[in-house]
Amino acid sequence: MTRLSSAQRHLVRFTLNGKPVQGEAEPRLLLTDFLRQTIGATGTHVGCEHGVCGACTITVDGELARACLTLAVQIDGCELRTVEGLAPAPDRLGVLQAAFRRNHALQCGFCTAGILMSLDHYLRAHPKPSEAEIRDLLSGHLCRCTGYTPIVQAALEAAAELAELSRSDHRDV
Amino acid sequence: MKPAAFDYVRAETLGEAIEVLAQHGGDARIIAGGQSLMAMLNMRLARPKVLIDIMRLRELDRIDSTSGSVKIGAGVRQAALLAWPELATSLPLLSKALPWTGHAQTRSRGTVCGSLAHADPSAELPLALVALGGELHLRSAGKQRKVAAREFFAGMMATARADDELIEAVSFPSGNARCAFREVARRHGDFAIVACAAVATKDGVRFAVGGVADVPTARDWPRLEGSALDDALNGFAHELDARDDVHATARYRRDLVRLIGRDLVREVLQ
Repeated sequence: MTRLSSAQRHLVRFTLNGKPVQGEAEPRLLLTDFLRQTIGATGTHVGCEHGVCGACTITVDGELARACLTLAVQIDGCELRTVEGLAPAPDRLGVLQAAFRRNHALQCGFCTAGILMSLDHYLRAHPKPSEAEIRDLLSGHLCRCTGYTPIVQAALEAAAELAELSRSDHRDV
Repeated sequence: MKPAAFDYVRAETLGEAIEVLAQHGGDARIIAGGQSLMAMLNMRLARPKVLIDIMRLRELDRIDSTSGSVKIGAGVRQAALLAWPELATSLPLLSKALPWTGHAQTRSRGTVCGSLAHADPSAELPLALVALGGELHLRSAGKQRKVAAREFFAGMMATARADDELIEAVSFPSGNARCAFREVARRHGDFAIVACAAVATKDGVRFAVGGVADVPTARDWPRLEGSALDDALNGFAHELDARDDVHATARYRRDLVRLIGRDLVREVLQ
């Protein structure tokens, strides 16, 4: 049994987008605030802080998670992926990101980090999604700018492009 | 908002979790997937002094299918149950209701027992449990007991669980293929304005409604048709004591109970 006192900060070690990182957190610190304020990874956005809007969606050990409904101390030893891990290089967008840009799938961009993470996770497991499946997945996110249609379009385009790339044996997402 | 301060306990065995719960009682809360509790903590609707994390207890992460029932441990996530290959044959009502529980992004973390513990009146899993007549397995220091679904849900977000009790598992009766589920919500995955389930019984049908009264509520009826069914549904719709709120009026909720009810009861009695 491990007991972490509320009055202290505790060391949390984890892997962020393939790199080992660590920081200190009180038990009550949310993963959103830990990532943004302690680690300095501000790509993950904070919206509603009760799991509804989806802006803070990331993956923990390969599964989708709301960072605002996760405690920093819970991810000790876990592998996290955030939006910072999507681009193949600092000056290059990934296939999904580029499709978002082409289709105007974002305006203010507040919801985008979470939506990209959900879609990236989903497309890895479902290379040929239907529009209905994409819309069902997007029901876990709120976007107040786009009306969702360009996001769906971008997701379907990215899926088609990724399928093409995997046929020509590129592995770069 | 941010949670108030608490000690965080990562239990390695069920005994440890029970022991810490016995020490702190109502000042402690069990956290599993956290998809309901973390929101309560963030809004400070819950302010436990100690949070006991049970997600490292492998013994709770299991689905046991025996003749007549399926027992789902407190560590089983909703996504894991949805991906269970026997779900459609063993628990057909759950295979219909579970895709409506939250979103893919919350089912990946949220547990089946956690949703039952939270007891939101419009949640799908409590409704399914009441419709099927399942039971909760509760454990405290030196004591175990089972509580039937209808006794477990005591009010809005209130249950028969004592402060020192942990929900160890839930059992759903298995098999009944003649069942139906339908929900109306503003957005797929949101909490239901009205959710209904119907299950064929030996003598007729059990019809259960969530999202209207403080607890999911069921009625057992013989084989009803035509105006007898309409009268039964109308009486039930009024007994549920629907209220107006920001999502829908009481009258709209009663309408939904009558309309969905007629469809579902007919469907399972065919």
